[in-house]
Amino acid sequence: MAKIHSEEMFINMGPHHPSTHGVLQLKLHTDGEIVTKIDPVIGYLHRTFEKHAENLTYPQIIPFTDRADYIAAMNNNWAYVMAVEKLMGLEVPEYIEYLRVIIGELNRIASHLLFYGTFGLDSGAFTPLLYSFREREKILDLFEMTCGARLLYNYMWIGGVSHDLPDGFIEKTYDFLNDFYFRKDGKDAITEFNQLLTGNKIFIERNADVGVLKPEDAVNLGVTGPALRATGMNWDLRRNTPYSIYDRFEWDVPVGKGLYGTVGDNMDRYLIRMDEMIESAKIVKQALDQLAGVEKVDVQAAVPKRVKPDAGKEIYFRAENPRGELGFYIKSDGSLKPSRLKMRSPAFCNLSALSEMAEGWMVSDVVMILGSLDIVLGEIDR
Amino acid sequence: MQGIQTFFETTLNVPAGWALVGAAVLFSLLIFIVLALFVIVAVWLERKVSAVIQDRWGPMRAGLTMQGELQTIADTVKLLMKEDIIPSRVDKLLFIIAPLLVFTASFMVTTVLPFGPAGVASNMDLGIFFLLAVSSLGVVGIVMAGWASNNKWSLYGAMRSVAQIVSYEIPIALLVIAIVMYTGTFSVTGIVEAQDTGHGFLGWFAIRNPFLFIGMIIFLIAGTAENNRNPFDLPESESELVAGFHTEYTGMRFAFFFLAEYVNMFIMGMLLAVLFFGGYTPPVYLSSVADMPVLNVLFGNSVLWIILKALGVVIIQMWFRWTFPRIRVDQLMYTCWKVLIPFSMAIVVLNGFWMKLFNLV
Amino acid sequence: MDINTIFKDLQDAFGEKILALDAEKSSPEKITVKPDALLETVSFLRKYADCPFDSLLSLSGVDSGEELAAVLHLYSNQGACTLAVEAWTERENPEIDSVASVYKTANWHEREAYDMYGIVFNGHPELTRMFLADDWEGHPLRKDYVPADYWHGMPIPKELSHKMK
Repeated sequence: MAKIHSEEMFINMGPHHPSTHGVLQLKLHTDGEIVTKIDPVIGYLHRTFEKHAENLTYPQIIPFTDRADYIAAMNNNWAYVMAVEKLMGLEVPEYIEYLRVIIGELNRIASHLLFYGTFGLDSGAFTPLLYSFREREKILDLFEMTCGARLLYNYMWIGGVSHDLPDGFIEKTYDFLNDFYFRKDGKDAITEFNQLLTGNKIFIERNADVGVLKPEDAVNLGVTGPALRATGMNWDLRRNTPYSIYDRFEWDVPVGKGLYGTVGDNMDRYLIRMDEMIESAKIVKQALDQLAGVEKVDVQAAVPKRVKPDAGKEIYFRAENPRGELGFYIKSDGSLKPSRLKMRSPAFCNLSALSEMAEGWMVSDVVMILGSLDIVLGEIDR
Repeated sequence: MQGIQTFFETTLNVPAGWALVGAAVLFSLLIFIVLALFVIVAVWLERKVSAVIQDRWGPMRAGLTMQGELQTIADTVKLLMKEDIIPSRVDKLLFIIAPLLVFTASFMVTTVLPFGPAGVASNMDLGIFFLLAVSSLGVVGIVMAGWASNNKWSLYGAMRSVAQIVSYEIPIALLVIAIVMYTGTFSVTGIVEAQDTGHGFLGWFAIRNPFLFIGMIIFLIAGTAENNRNPFDLPESESELVAGFHTEYTGMRFAFFFLAEYVNMFIMGMLLAVLFFGGYTPPVYLSSVADMPVLNVLFGNSVLWIILKALGVVIIQMWFRWTFPRIRVDQLMYTCWKVLIPFSMAIVVLNGFWMKLFNLV
Repeated sequence: MDINTIFKDLQDAFGEKILALDAEKSSPEKITVKPDALLETVSFLRKYADCPFDSLLSLSGVDSGEELAAVLHLYSNQGACTLAVEAWTERENPEIDSVASVYKTANWHEREAYDMYGIVFNGHPELTRMFLADDWEGHPLRKDYVPADYWHGMPIPKELSHKMK
């Protein structure tokens, strides 16, 4: 029988698309429904962050770091501020560290909640988005109480934070944590999320065994964060190269086990983020418990008047963001402004793994794999 | 409709041919009004059902009771007043015909639906067969829409839709065969009368025969797939293909597709009601109330019951939409060809054994 | 892991292509190499016995005002050690070895460095611009970058809007 002649179709999942999580262009070559080649094209949200940073003083750069990964803005601030503090050799009071951990972990929960909602939406389930945003509103209310902003905060400063915890914050956070995970009557939010999406057969069929990434490939491709842990590698910066006061809390690092399919598939990346929300909730609870025994200081007491690191010094510092490792490479030339500031964003490296993971799958699967990588175009394009 | 025709002939002394035409026009107008009312209610219901499931309010302003019940009318008026945009490089003729074809196919099916004991427009002997055949015309409209839009994403949606609708008609047809084995007639009123045993819900096919109960579940699944509703809404999957085959349609043309989707849901509901749930027979039948004005609607054969049953099925389909994720194309095909069709065939065979067992043949 | 041992091993392997070690001012410690020795150095480090550097954390372009450089930060998961490798090159025709064959993540990082600094990475599979349009002129992160007046008919602003006076 003669072979049927079929051609590859070039289709453009353009910058305007409901499920590319921002302005990302994916050039797909498809053979029917199966994708043979993916070319991501980025740069639609490039806002010249690194060039701005060469013209701003160190404290002035902090609001710009917010805008990179705008969903986990507190963690961005924190990574940058820690990098500058290490560059200057600045010590931060214990109380400030506790505040930073509480706020940073709350923002991690908020970021993963957004992932849960949008992942469900990508797969066609409309309801999880509404449920996860209901919980996220509570966290954003807490942030608004503290520093006045809901999405982009400028909260972590070099040597301190911008505002102390207001009255009522601790009780409200305890209430939130209770409703989120710790109540034992089955009405907590995590149980609701699991009932709706995790156990759903259609969802499992869509995600199990899809987009498998092996650990060696992941490390070579620079994949970090939950996507790396899903491949089976037990690697979390908060545990392996501890920074701040993370060594004072008891929590586990979720690692991919391939419960529903293979290790390193979409389902693993999803389950790891669900588990990470629970671990973050545990950390916040322990930090709040321990906060009572910490001596309270003025949150701006250790903030230096002029941030002027020595000439010729440079540092590469990395912190664990919800999406992976955020790295800052700062070169100082002795003046008030950095000579070079490079932000190594986790989503940039995670996205480069997309072609590896998604070629050979169908168009619907590309959408799901992209969703499971949890990218934010703000930090890819900077 | 016979009643209207005889009314025209006898009371108004209209010649026979004209009486038929007049009765047909009047009756189809009546059906159109019923469908329009249904769509208005269904859109409002969908928004409220989705709001309840998603822990929010839904439309709350339009209407006297401030529950948004006139929101659909407001939306329809808005759609009617929108600019008619036809993209410049589409295939104009096909682009314009496609929504009309989809809507016409759905509307033609309603000629054989029994709105009550005397309320069927055309009491054909091949009623169900006609229904299955005509509803397939909608696929042609969908493919036209996808192709004419000159848009690769619409094409994807249209291709998926063809595969889906054509495949899922087979379990439906097989189950119809199982039913017809029982009744011996394709006629719609015949099928309903076969379930009209005077014992209320015990006469319904889904209750009388365990294999047909399973068949009812299969029919519900296949029917949801026929309507392009979640979890089978790949052709219009909003998160992948923007809006699938009707991406390029705006204003009134989009409203036609929208209307056709809800009319299809209604038809599927009516079909389930007729085939498995006894059509217009009540769950509790009391012969003694046959003459009392209100009670004979509640406890006798009436149009209320078939509408309620169809609405129930429609609400279940809406419930599916807001709960389940979407399944992928190959999983869809797998479900149809390797799960539903073998089960339907098995039901046909087992139904035959059941009937022999109870000497119904 | 001792940085001095690594430095000595590198010098034994590659001789005078390994230029300097900076352990005080740079955190992590930084080794400067010649631009055409970058690939060999990195491959050597990748298979280094005590702590094989199996992940490339980041590859940045740097402009000192006179020269351009590529700075790589390497990490070893087994030995838990971080290392920076730097290669300086001239401004007019900057050329550095590409390490994309050793670390796949370098593919995108090098494209970014090319886009922003104009550094040509020899051996890169497909060196095209990453963030800016393919027909953009100039390399923005260079210290002496002056944008053109127009791009496709749209005026390009000269001053950064928040620039400190």
